[in-house]
Amino acid sequence: MKIVVPIRLVPDLVEELTIDDSGTALDMSWLRLIINEFDDHAMEQAILIKERSEAQVTVLSLDMEGIDDVLFTASAKGADTLIKIIGNPEEGVNSHALSRILANEIKGLQPDLVLTGVQAHSDLDGSVGPLLAELLGMPYVGYVAEVSTSDGKAIVKKEYPGGLIAQMEIKLPAVLGIQAAEQPPRYVAVSKVRQAMKSATIEEHDISALDPSGGLPVSRMFQPEATEKATMIEGDEEAVSEKLVEIFSELGII
Amino acid sequence: MNKDIFVIVEHLKGQVADISYIMLAAARTLAGETGGEVIAVLLGQNAQGLANHLAADKVFYVDHPVLADFTSDAYLATLSALINENQPRAVLLGHTSVGSDVASGLSIRLDLPLIGQCLRIHTEGGTVKFVSQICGGKIMTETNMPETTTLVTVIPGGYKPEEGQSEKSPEVVSVPCPALEDLRVKLAQYIEPDVSDVDISKELVCIGIGRGIQNQDNIELAEELAKAMGGVVCASRPVVDQGWLPTTRLVGKSGKHIKPKLYIAFGISGAPEHIEGITDSETIIAINTDPNAPIFDIAKYGVNIDMFELIEVLTEQVQKAKGG
Ligand SMILES: Cc1cc2nc3c(=O)[nH]c(=O)nc-3n(C[C@H](O)[C@H](O)[C@H](O)COP(=O)(O)OP(=O)(O)OC[C@H]3O[C@@H](n4cnc5c(N)ncnc54)[C@H](O)[C@@H]3O)c2cc1C
Ligand SMILES: Nc1ncnc2c1ncn2[C@@H]1O[C@H](COP(=O)(O)O)[C@@H](O)[C@H]1O
Repeated sequence: MKIVVPIRLVPDLVEELTIDDSGTALDMSWLRLIINEFDDHAMEQAILIKERSEAQVTVLSLDMEGIDDVLFTASAKGADTLIKIIGNPEEGVNSHALSRILANEIKGLQPDLVLTGVQAHSDLDGSVGPLLAELLGMPYVGYVAEVSTSDGKAIVKKEYPGGLIAQMEIKLPAVLGIQAAEQPPRYVAVSKVRQAMKSATIEEHDISALDPSGGLPVSRMFQPEATEKATMIEGDEEAVSEKLVEIFSELGII
Repeated sequence: MNKDIFVIVEHLKGQVADISYIMLAAARTLAGETGGEVIAVLLGQNAQGLANHLAADKVFYVDHPVLADFTSDAYLATLSALINENQPRAVLLGHTSVGSDVASGLSIRLDLPLIGQCLRIHTEGGTVKFVSQICGGKIMTETNMPETTTLVTVIPGGYKPEEGQSEKSPEVVSVPCPALEDLRVKLAQYIEPDVSDVDISKELVCIGIGRGIQNQDNIELAEELAKAMGGVVCASRPVVDQGWLPTTRLVGKSGKHIKPKLYIAFGISGAPEHIEGITDSETIIAINTDPNAPIFDIAKYGVNIDMFELIEVLTEQVQKAKGG
């Protein structure tokens, strides 16, 4: 079984986001990038499958600042092959263009299973997972919270609102959008990552031609103007608590 | 291409999902601009009854045994045939476990542009604009409607479900089903949510905790406060995904929608997927160290303070107030 996990780095949303001078894109210059949380789950799910059934796990990403560390971490967790697609800035590349680049790369790898994150913060023109699936001629199921494989099939738990789960069977090869792995993503010690930096290699592949059709240009980007902001309660923890207790009793709760 | 707006109706286990009504409301705005009709597209088996309250000018109904329950494969085949044949001006799908599984596939298969995470639609100087919400609710974007059939995925928050409901049943037109062959995705079974725990959607006081809680040991702090206030602890997705609380306590898009008298959110940023589950709360109080956290846009009261400095003091004061 061959599993490919495409991963991406995204802005850490706890940081302040600013919009660049064009007014249509994020200012990336000061942004701290972290792995898309759902990709961490996708990687964990791939490694869990590998531990059960001798799969080969390839982790794949476009080149971006900080990606080497993330790829070596993947290796320390158990990924077998690391691939970095080089030759293009990430900026201005929409989901459609990305998916075509990734599809070109993944075709050659002939995977049984492609596990993407269910979404990243900014899929304005659709998510890479289902776009990729259609480009590869594979079925796609997203919002997946557990995966097992047997007899050329993936058996997954797909999440619906309210905690309802649909157990689905998907003929392989397939692309799955992972929302959560069966267990929280594992941590690896820094020493193991350092070791991986010495022993593992990152294959560098050239990017294929860019085709963003299907995505549309953003005409304006802005920060939400809240109609009503919260009334802020000021003071130290004692003062704030007093005020909150007052509010609780006004609401008739205590 | 005609001027009509398609709305792909989502339904689960015999119930029309709210997002369908929200999309119908959005489609009404859009149809006003394009001068077309709002056409609800309903796929199912013996499911005509689900059309009854759809505020649409017409319903295209496709009946087939494999459409009884949603699977991406069968929906993709059916919808691409239908869109190809009718060439509507726009197609609205939910940015949900159903819509998101097929919208991107339709975009590639039919070579049509796609606009994701649309919250609102409005017109400016004769141009129809789609306003989307990205980056956990911290950033908005505007995209102009192109001159071709446009696929749109819609998130809740911009329109009320009631605006897409109608007392009058719309006209239902049966549409033949395309050949559904070589399907690769199959529903094996539904697994019902666990009901052994408290039902957070029925509680009057909910203490919500998010990633700001840092680790499992700290959950006790929230439990103490909940106990003092006669409420329950619930959580955002990362807390549940870490296994610190069971799924029964999850609030939001994939969890429960709560409607307490009071919701207090500790260390929750207020991502749209979380907000979706708390908008029916009567009063929301948010405690967050990030003054720009989107949760402050929906909370009635906010406190910009470290939750760990506050929570124990607050618990003590509540206990005191109750005792006295
Ligand atoms: C398909 C899909 C479905 C989803 N469904 C859900 C869902 O049902 N429910 C849900 O909640 N999410 C859901 N999510 C996830 C959602 O997008 C967010 O990632 C999630 O809500 C973030 O949780 P959070 O606010 O706890 O964490 P974060 O966004 O990381 O925010 C943590 C917050 O804590 C604050 N903080 C940190 N330390 C402190 C401190 N000491 N004191 C005070 N504040 C502090 C930070 O400033 C930050 O604002 C879903 C996502 C997807 C893609
Ligand atoms: N630049 C990229 N390189 C590799 N994988 C990506 C990239 N962008 C997106 N993906 C994959 O597609 C998923 C969905 O991302 P998105 O379409 O941006 O919401 C991510 O979780 C990744 O698994």
